[in-house]
Amino acid sequence: MGKFWVIFVASISILLPFLCNSFSPETPTDRRVLVLLDDFAVKSSHSSYFNSLKLRGFDLDFKLADDPKIALQRYGQYLYDALILFCPSVERFGGSVDVAAIINFVDSGHDLIIAADVNASDLIREVATECGVDFDEDPSAMVIDHTGYAVSETEGDHTLIASDDYIKSDVIIGSKKIEAPVLFQGIGHSLNPVNSLVLKVLSASPSAYSANPLSKLSTPPLLTGSAISLVSVVQARNNARILITGSLSMFSNRFFRSGVQKSGSSTKYEKSGNEQFLTELSKWIFHERGHLKAVNVKHHKVGETDEPALYRINDELEYSVEIYEWSGTSWEPYVTDDVQVQFYMMSPYVLKTLSNDKKGLYSASFKVPDVYGVFQFKVEYQKLGYTSLSLSKQIPVRPYRHNEYERFIPTAYPYYGAAFSTMAGFFIFSFVHLYNK
Amino acid sequence: MSNSSTSDLLKPFKLKTKQQELLISILCLVYILAFITRLFSVLRYESMIHEFDPYFNYRTTLYLTQHGFYDFWNWFDYESWYPLGRIVGGTLYPGLMVTAALIYRLLHFLRFAVHIREVCVLTAPFFASNTTLVAYFFGKEIWDSGAGLVAAILIAVCPGYISRSVAGSYDNEGVAIFALLFTFYLFVKAVNKGSLAWGLASAFGYFYMVSAWGGYIFIINLIPLYVLVLLITGRYSMRLYVAYNCMYILGMLLAMQIRFVGFQHVQSGEHMAAMGVFFLMQVFYFLDWVKHMLSDTKLFQEFLSITVTCAVAAGGIALGVGVASGYISPWTGRFYSLLDPTYAKDHIPIIASVSEHQPTAWSSFMFDFHILLFLFPAGLYFCFKRLSDATIFIVMYGLTSMYFAGVMVRLILVATPAVCLISAIAVSATVKNLTVLLRSKNKVAQIGSTKGTSSAKASSKASLDQSQPFQKNGAMALLFGAFYLLSRYATHCTWVTSEAYSSPSIVLAARGAHGNRVIFDDYREAYFWLRQNTPPDAKVMSWWDYGYQITAMGNRTVIVDNNTWNNTHIATVGRAMSSYEDEAYEIIRSLDVDYVLVVFGGVTGYSSDDINKFLWMVRIGGGVFPVIKEPDYLVNGEYRVDKGAAPKMLNCLMYKLSYYRFGEMMTEYGKPPGYDRARGVEIGNKDIKLEHLEEAFTTSNWIVRIYKVKPPNNRW
Repeated sequence: MGKFWVIFVASISILLPFLCNSFSPETPTDRRVLVLLDDFAVKSSHSSYFNSLKLRGFDLDFKLADDPKIALQRYGQYLYDALILFCPSVERFGGSVDVAAIINFVDSGHDLIIAADVNASDLIREVATECGVDFDEDPSAMVIDHTGYAVSETEGDHTLIASDDYIKSDVIIGSKKIEAPVLFQGIGHSLNPVNSLVLKVLSASPSAYSANPLSKLSTPPLLTGSAISLVSVVQARNNARILITGSLSMFSNRFFRSGVQKSGSSTKYEKSGNEQFLTELSKWIFHERGHLKAVNVKHHKVGETDEPALYRINDELEYSVEIYEWSGTSWEPYVTDDVQVQFYMMSPYVLKTLSNDKKGLYSASFKVPDVYGVFQFKVEYQKLGYTSLSLSKQIPVRPYRHNEYERFIPTAYPYYGAAFSTMAGFFIFSFVHLYNK
Repeated sequence: MSNSSTSDLLKPFKLKTKQQELLISILCLVYILAFITRLFSVLRYESMIHEFDPYFNYRTTLYLTQHGFYDFWNWFDYESWYPLGRIVGGTLYPGLMVTAALIYRLLHFLRFAVHIREVCVLTAPFFASNTTLVAYFFGKEIWDSGAGLVAAILIAVCPGYISRSVAGSYDNEGVAIFALLFTFYLFVKAVNKGSLAWGLASAFGYFYMVSAWGGYIFIINLIPLYVLVLLITGRYSMRLYVAYNCMYILGMLLAMQIRFVGFQHVQSGEHMAAMGVFFLMQVFYFLDWVKHMLSDTKLFQEFLSITVTCAVAAGGIALGVGVASGYISPWTGRFYSLLDPTYAKDHIPIIASVSEHQPTAWSSFMFDFHILLFLFPAGLYFCFKRLSDATIFIVMYGLTSMYFAGVMVRLILVATPAVCLISAIAVSATVKNLTVLLRSKNKVAQIGSTKGTSSAKASSKASLDQSQPFQKNGAMALLFGAFYLLSRYATHCTWVTSEAYSSPSIVLAARGAHGNRVIFDDYREAYFWLRQNTPPDAKVMSWWDYGYQITAMGNRTVIVDNNTWNNTHIATVGRAMSSYEDEAYEIIRSLDVDYVLVVFGGVTGYSSDDINKFLWMVRIGGGVFPVIKEPDYLVNGEYRVDKGAAPKMLNCLMYKLSYYRFGEMMTEYGKPPGYDRARGVEIGNKDIKLEHLEEAFTTSNWIVRIYKVKPPNNRW
């Protein structure tokens, strides 16, 4: 028996560094990224994007999407922290990868970037549908915008769109303002209204629509205006992040470098906003930004330090939690003034904003309500772009014990007096009655 | 030397006559008989706690022995009624637990290292034995020691009492019947003797009863009623005055020490009768005194009418003001449902849903009382023939409790002691008359005239010589008939005990195809699975019937349990069970439920499962949340689960959880798959898919099914 333990502990200690290397709560930034391509030409045509990732320390593993050797996991361990699907036309993945495997990959906390394109395969559409977005059902449809297109030398079919309708979140797209519009050419998608987690990061303009540019428009297009999303992100409940776009070419070197002038606008930019937009977005996707962690949840009575097993009604208590944000390399204190704690039993009895000491420590003190039951300390912090913090800690609240009430109440003195005087009176009466003949 | 000294020591204990020796040996045998006849369940199954409520009592007793009395008194249990919790110390009758804990302490003090469970299992039989002794003394007090002896024997084996006091049936009633009878005995004794000491003793008896069972309401209403009857029939006496006042005042003060009862004695409508009678007694006493002082009868008559009118008016006004101001609470639903059997059915589904609250079927009277049912009227006849304060009491006890026994099945238990006592009077008086007849005739033949009883004399006078042999034979025949009936009674009682009342109900037994005994131990299998395989703070949602068992055996938090104190919470669970899965999921999430447990009898043919209880869930849920409507689950007023069932029925959570994967199962040869043996139909929805829950565990006979609640979808 002991021998087994030794082997077990030894193997764990050997394996530990390897295990820790993967995505973990301690270092949330991804390290190993699998990039699936339709053909290796993409590797060079999109090299700027890949290089920017490599420069930030990611280990990219390029594979053909139909390579029979690709596998996401081996022996129950995931081999990668993130997956980039730059293979819009793949009908069937090689190896053991399929839609379910990719969904499981996401559901176990890994990140995903999907770039579709015109004629995106059903497989890619299916993955996207699972993530809450629906690509235009017409396989040859593209997003067309006759007022918001990018001006080019040849008068094209206005499928090359210059869009600057970003989501208003510094966390997702970076705090530095993106000056130039982003070039987009590809298929549009809409968000599934049932899905509450998917966000539109780059929206088409109100004049855009999705249709086949080569054929005449006989029926009104199904997808129109700002309902069309060009780039969307999903942050799953387990904080896995997904990026979905209908344009593979927006990642390309050509789009990165080309100048852009939006129609109807006189300003011409030397360089499109693609590089900045997509690089910043990839930082968010790969958890270099907007990743919070809450640690050291503590609560105790005022004046004590130990955490009690349960509180009594009307106790004064202190609650504290430390919240840090991952900066890409280290955990920095997260400073904000909108973190709230609830003292919750079916509905919040106490709702209090936590004050912080600028070093990540959030605390609040309040009085337990005059209600007994099983309460929870709840912190539900869901801020756009940040990982959601959902802390709940169960704590029962008991009523007073029999000897915790006030022993003598001043207002009751008349009653005490009445009781004792009756007793004394009865005693005297009995005495007189019995012995006074 | 030593011999003589021991005999000197033993002298006071020596029995005076052969008769007393016989008496004591019979009582000892009855004492033992009452105990061992209740051990069938231990022999058939094992030493285990039965049914539902006893599991709570067992859990609390365990807590009491482990943590001591003060922690028990202040116990706030956060494992039940999540998230509300329950103040256990303040919402139970602690008499049973304290009794068991004291017995446990005593045994440990005597160096018997028993487990508390064994003590709990055997508490009820032990108290049943004690009840036989009380019955003896009570019978002796009412009639004579012969009647007492017969009463002790009858009550020792009476099925109506055994049903709630077999080994393992660790419930309040087990000790409460003892306490009830003991209180009555002491009170009758106090009335007969008119002594303060007996009155005080009955107050303590009452205190014990209050601490043990909510049925004390019966005492606090029956005794004033009895006093009132005595007052009306002109049997008022100083003895009654002393006995009642002492018992009422002291008993009330003592009862207030029980946290669960608190100030109810002065604040609740159910206790007002006793208080009214108490004041009436004072008026009576006062009038008596005035009558004593006043010689003029005419003047007294006027005074009497004025005083009585004033007293009644004052009482009425006080009651009216008390009720109107909310100081005196009105009668509770349970009390109403006792007076009006149809009340609960119309107004309080949660009371009506309990099977032991149903009106009693005629057959169960026969089953529980057997010949006592015929002896009871005969006994009443004898009581009326020899009216005294004591017989009036037992007549009133018998008649009122018989009425209540007709209203609710479980109250047969309360009627049993009265029925046994009155029947014992009938048996004893008859047998005595017959034997006297037999003996006196011999004496008539020998001596001529004796001091026989009046009846014997009368008969001997009337019949003279010619009819005597015939009478003797008749008496003999009647005597044999009586013994035959009594022996039938004994056989019947033993049979009922072994067949009907010794089942623990958490372990089910059935006859197999070859006549062999099949045991279904699914409940315990499921609860131990919960205990071993779920996180310690997991919350389990089930219908309230199983709450006590899950907390006691599974050691997991439950949402609702058998202490049905919060109707809304139960209705929420009922609503979840009768909603579609996605609606139910919202409710389940809001209650932080981790597991859902259902009981299903379709495979084994076990009929008291959740599908058969389901309409009560709908009714109780619909009583609070009108979105749940009973007609949605019925087809033309008919409750069915097959293809013709209502669409909402086929898709509600309870149906899905019960019949999940059942459609693929062959239960009976020659029947299609998905044939429900409990209801004898093929189920209507065989293709059940669960979205938010997943099957976690199903016991070997499918009786208990446990489902895990999935977390919300990761990407949606």
